[in-house]
Amino acid sequence: MPVVRTGEIQVWRRREPAKQLAIWFAWLCGVALFMFCWSIISEKTTWFFVFDAPRIAGDIGSRMFPPRWSYIDQLWLPLWDTINIATLGTMFSIVMAVPVAFLAARNTTPSTRFVRPLALLIIVSSRSINSLIWALLLVSIVGPGLFAGVIAISLRSIGFVAKLLYEAIEEIDEDQVEAIAATGASRAQIIAYGIVPQIMPAFAGITVFRWDINIRESTVLGLVGAGGIGLQLQGSLNILAWPQVTLILIAILFSVVASEVVSAKVRKAII
Amino acid sequence: MLRLDGVVKTYPTGDKALKGVTMAVPKGQVIGLIGPSGAGKSTLIRCINRLVEPTEGSITLEDVELTKLGASALRVQRRRMGMIFQEYALVERLTVMENVLSGRLGYVGFWRSYFRKFPQTSIDEAFRLLDRVGLSEMVDKRADELSGGQRQRVGIARALIQDPAILLVDEPTASLDPKTSRQIMRLICELCEERGLAAIINIHDVALAQMFVRRIVGLRVGEIVFDGPPDSMTAETLTEIYGEEDWSATIREVDEEADEEEADVAPATSGHMPEADRDRLAGLT
Repeated sequence: MPVVRTGEIQVWRRREPAKQLAIWFAWLCGVALFMFCWSIISEKTTWFFVFDAPRIAGDIGSRMFPPRWSYIDQLWLPLWDTINIATLGTMFSIVMAVPVAFLAARNTTPSTRFVRPLALLIIVSSRSINSLIWALLLVSIVGPGLFAGVIAISLRSIGFVAKLLYEAIEEIDEDQVEAIAATGASRAQIIAYGIVPQIMPAFAGITVFRWDINIRESTVLGLVGAGGIGLQLQGSLNILAWPQVTLILIAILFSVVASEVVSAKVRKAII
Repeated sequence: MLRLDGVVKTYPTGDKALKGVTMAVPKGQVIGLIGPSGAGKSTLIRCINRLVEPTEGSITLEDVELTKLGASALRVQRRRMGMIFQEYALVERLTVMENVLSGRLGYVGFWRSYFRKFPQTSIDEAFRLLDRVGLSEMVDKRADELSGGQRQRVGIARALIQDPAILLVDEPTASLDPKTSRQIMRLICELCEERGLAAIINIHDVALAQMFVRRIVGLRVGEIVFDGPPDSMTAETLTEIYGEEDWSATIREVDEEADEEEADVAPATSGHMPEADRDRLAGLT
């Protein structure tokens, strides 16, 4: 008990003394571990390069300005490709993620023993592999280009969309489902009337959010040959054309800002 | 018309919610089911349309044994049982009309219902019912824009459009203010009379039940301990159902002429029932 009686007064402390001591000891261990790791990192670092870093960064920075604005003519198409990869990838992922979400949600899955673990496995495997790695794999399977990018984005997004959607399905108000079931509705009708209207805002929010993320992810897919503006970035880096790199970064920044604006608007409209 | 025979419900946790309930509901009779929280009132009416599966016993509706039905036969029988809920259980993001028409889901196929292509007869009936419950102006409003009393009216219309033989009503007034409670109870009882419907109404408010129904069944820990007309209820019966308390203010002469103005002071009638009071407050806040 944190309350200790000393004579007349009852002294209250937040924790018991032993517990307080244990917490201090845990902090001590944590700090010691941090110092130990720091010393290892310090030994393995070539400090010359680190101290030199500001100069190099300044050097590259000076070469990057001014951006080569005329290069923009060659960027419109890759930018358009990037947006298409993100949009098509999101659409395909939704088509695949919605059934997975219904199979994974505890209250809609046909079987918690067999189907649900399978659906969760799909979600986990999709989420655990980065879209850049999916793209690397797919470039060697379906060849370089937009198609590999679209598939990579959609495979990566299935897990994200399905996970958030199945959580939304599990959080619905069961009373409404019960009421629809009580009218004699079939299973499909219960889903269409009792569940779908309830998850619609979440679904729209998740979709737009994922599309927004996919715009950012698809800008780098070109680095591994899966189409989009990343291809130009790779090319410009390889030939050390820094002014072009600057312009590409600006273009990416603007497309991401635009996608954020759109998704914020859409989400606001839904809720 | 509806017969329950030794209905037992044991939940997986081992709680016995119903311990062999036997009762019969004749055609057109409205029953008030009273009892403390946890007595099994909700479980009992959910066992009838098998939203909750009874563990033992049989339930028959017009010679159909409900407890033995397969999934599709059960759906057909569920159309005969309209249900009204405490928290209305409307689909919040659908319109009033869609909510009312959802009562016809058991009669139409999936794609027709998905594209909202209900038969014109159902739509006519929906308009008639909305007019009857006083919501003809609200057809296109979304359910979450309505007040509690209005929502419950939509719930009533949804149950009636099923063309049921019996209404299962779960605490219809527990989330409503005293005046609206009376209006809703009056509406339910009037509609039952008009259509010759039987009804089982779970209700916390004993005074309200006495005012509107002609038979009261008292449930305590899963067993029927009282079954009779409201005026035969005494302080002893209430003590048996709910436990020791001063019941003198709860049992009153049934006031047929209770007008709506007077209903505003109704909370006093349930002043000695802590359960009902708490539920009401919860509904109001």
